[in-house]
Amino acid sequence: MEALWLSMKLAACVAVILLAIGTPMAYGLAFSNWRGKFLLESIVALPLVLPPTVLGFYALVAMGPRGPLGKLWIALFGHGLAFTFGGLILSSVLYSLPFAVQPLIASFEGVDRKLLDASAVLGAGGLRTFCRVILPLSLPGAVTAAVLSFAHTLGEFGVVLMVGGNLAGVTRTVSIDIYDNVQSLEYGEANRMALVLLAVSFVVLSVVYAVNRRVWTPWAAK
Amino acid sequence: MLAARIRKQRRSAGASSFVLDVSIEVSPGITILFGASGAGKSTLLDCVAGLARPDEGQIVAGGEVLFDSARGIHVPTPKRRTAYVFQTLALFPHLSAEDNVAYGLTDLREEERREQVEAILKAFRVEKLRKQRPDKISGGEKQRIALARSLVTEPRVLLLDEPLTGLDAELKASIVDDLRAWNVAKGIPILYVTHSREEVDALGERVIALDNGRVASTGRPMDVLDAPRRKKLAQAAGFENLLSATVLALREADGVMRVRLGNSACEIEVPLGYGAAGSRVRVAVRAGDILLATEPPRGLSARNVLDGRIVSLEQRGTMAIARVECGIAFIVHITPGAVRALELAAGRRVWLVLKTHSCHLVE
Repeated sequence: MEALWLSMKLAACVAVILLAIGTPMAYGLAFSNWRGKFLLESIVALPLVLPPTVLGFYALVAMGPRGPLGKLWIALFGHGLAFTFGGLILSSVLYSLPFAVQPLIASFEGVDRKLLDASAVLGAGGLRTFCRVILPLSLPGAVTAAVLSFAHTLGEFGVVLMVGGNLAGVTRTVSIDIYDNVQSLEYGEANRMALVLLAVSFVVLSVVYAVNRRVWTPWAAK
Repeated sequence: MLAARIRKQRRSAGASSFVLDVSIEVSPGITILFGASGAGKSTLLDCVAGLARPDEGQIVAGGEVLFDSARGIHVPTPKRRTAYVFQTLALFPHLSAEDNVAYGLTDLREEERREQVEAILKAFRVEKLRKQRPDKISGGEKQRIALARSLVTEPRVLLLDEPLTGLDAELKASIVDDLRAWNVAKGIPILYVTHSREEVDALGERVIALDNGRVASTGRPMDVLDAPRRKKLAQAAGFENLLSATVLALREADGVMRVRLGNSACEIEVPLGYGAAGSRVRVAVRAGDILLATEPPRGLSARNVLDGRIVSLEQRGTMAIARVECGIAFIVHITPGAVRALELAAGRRVWLVLKTHSCHLVE
């Protein structure tokens, strides 16, 4: 149960952080006319195709005592970043980035540009237009982003194994726990956890599909 | 008072580039901006609102300079206080009618805000709908709310881009009456874009007719559009060549007829229209739809090739205008590049190529 709690905590932190940093990123990508935009889009999408072990490997190297991030962290906090909960959060944020940014981009791009013009003509600057028009109309995208990054982080394995190792209560997440149990032939225990993950994943996806079919949104589809 | 002198080139993905080059003055009250689609009406409005930036010129509204290329002034859209009602209205779908109207009122205290919203919803007779979202509101009432939303901010200028399309005449008239009543006290210039002749007649105090990026004429509707009515209308819609013709023969099976142009010997094929052989018709051809060749063209699908001579050639902006005499005079628009490549000059013998379906019957 400790592992499940840890996974939940990790996934929740990652989802919150990703919403915070993913929103401005998605805004930039959705509304910029910069010609080199595709490069940034590719970088954001990279974790979708990269094997988690590769991502985890680079994250580990960067966070290690001789890596740039690791050195910085040690200078700031006096301890390393690899094999800590903080290190897990950081690499999970990278790993789940496209799951947050892409739904946000899609929903920002779905907002009728005439509404943005209307807002500007009515005297609203960029920030007010974003808060009063773009964000409310992109709510389904924001929910999808949060839920998907939560779910994706909940189930990650490769990155966690590379960066976090397997320290009970610190970095042993559900999927590592399941793997551990199978290794030591504790199938009953493994099954219990696997069922929990299955159920959570199903619920999460149902939420995403329901939101995108606008089952709950108060305004009608355009 | 709104005064705008605007030059803007639009580099579109399509074949022809387009230049808007106008100078207009709009006094308080409704002024109609009339022209065919593509004449530059919406671009002009976008420039005034700051949604598009002219290449050069000056825009002054209510005594304040909104744009001046010479002095490097370009007031951003939110600071212009120009109200703009789009054809799509662009009501915020997630906000109620009253929240839509209150959107532009940010500097006021809550009660004052509520009072103003209430007052303008009443003035446009939609106070009952204040809690409704746009998707629950009918056509004409949406237009009223969009107007109220724009006008509650006390704008310097009101820009209307075909805001009443799709409404029946009676509803239109009643909305325009409310708009006029509101403007009695405010007295701001209202620029009303339409391509509908009926709306010009119904609304018009003053008309500015725009044609291919330029002001074709200004004045009262009857002066601009009626003398002679159809000729001007065709010109306003961008037909530089308006020729009278006599029907020679109808070929119904092919959907065409042969006509002789004016008193000349030129015979061309045009789409089948009204009128029997011997009757008089008018044929309109856009100057940009005519091809020009320096040798007799062969193997073409176009049915009409006319032999002629360039009388004059004049460069205007990014376009060259040739007058070609074929027994009857044609205006032809060509690019400066084509003039150079074909070494065109006055006196040169040329052949004009007209597709049958580029010849429009007007009546």
